[in-house]
Amino acid sequence: MTTMAKTELPKRKMPKLTMKTEGDLYIVVTRRFAAPPDAVYRAHTDPTLLQKWLLGPEGWTMPVCICDPRPGGRMRFEWAHARHGKFHLTGEYLELQPPNKIVHVERMHLPDPTPDNHVETRFEADGEGTLMTIRMSLPDPQTRAQMLATNMEQGMEASYARLDGIL
Amino acid sequence: MQTLDAAFSALSDPTRRAILARLATGEATVMELVEPFAMTQPAISRHLKVLETAGLIVRRVEGTKRPCRLAKAGIEPIDQWLAMLRKAFEKNYDRLDQILAEMQPAKSRINQPVNQRKRRKDTR
Repeated sequence: MTTMAKTELPKRKMPKLTMKTEGDLYIVVTRRFAAPPDAVYRAHTDPTLLQKWLLGPEGWTMPVCICDPRPGGRMRFEWAHARHGKFHLTGEYLELQPPNKIVHVERMHLPDPTPDNHVETRFEADGEGTLMTIRMSLPDPQTRAQMLATNMEQGMEASYARLDGIL
Repeated sequence: MQTLDAAFSALSDPTRRAILARLATGEATVMELVEPFAMTQPAISRHLKVLETAGLIVRRVEGTKRPCRLAKAGIEPIDQWLAMLRKAFEKNYDRLDQILAEMQPAKSRINQPVNQRKRRKDTR
């Protein structure tokens, strides 16, 4: 048990999300959580937990969440919205180091599949919490255009959720 | 939508993306842009023309030079896309904060429903 870190950071002052592009190929996202890496890792690999938060904007649900977190294991997330319809994401896990690292590839089906997105997610202990760092490929311009176009048609919402799938 | 289409089709070429990446660091002349690429000046000029037509870059006249810089409209689609992505992430992780807060007390691995735990506390 360590109580040493307690005085360091007031919990409520947790830095928000940061997001930056790395060249024109990658995006790096960081976010801190007030829970240890094993909890954050679990929330990223347990389907019943994923269904509660990986939803994008209000109104979307994830009726189907299949994930098999082992190398070569598959993932399939299906989202649905009362007005905006459905779409899904498929992917494969490449490497898992619980509770610190998940590497996977994924693609969205809009309905045509987008090019594979390579995603590396890390969870590092940070005081009593976790620093998460995601490094992922930026979709190529055509894919971005496709997402934006669909997005405009559907009143901004659908794409948010689609993009959430990048997780 | 038309602008967006033109912008993205202009962006579909790796050289043009590299040119934009270079211009993101500041204004440059054609000669300066030719340097890092194994291409002729006319080839680079053709790419610049496409980028200019798509509204991604603007050029001004300075003596005999025509320096290029990123156009505001040119950055917007990407900014817009990134803003959307950011919003989606924020939304998700705010929800995740909530879930993690509920998981925390269950460290002992007793999967007691959260609402029950709360209720018990209330009726102390």
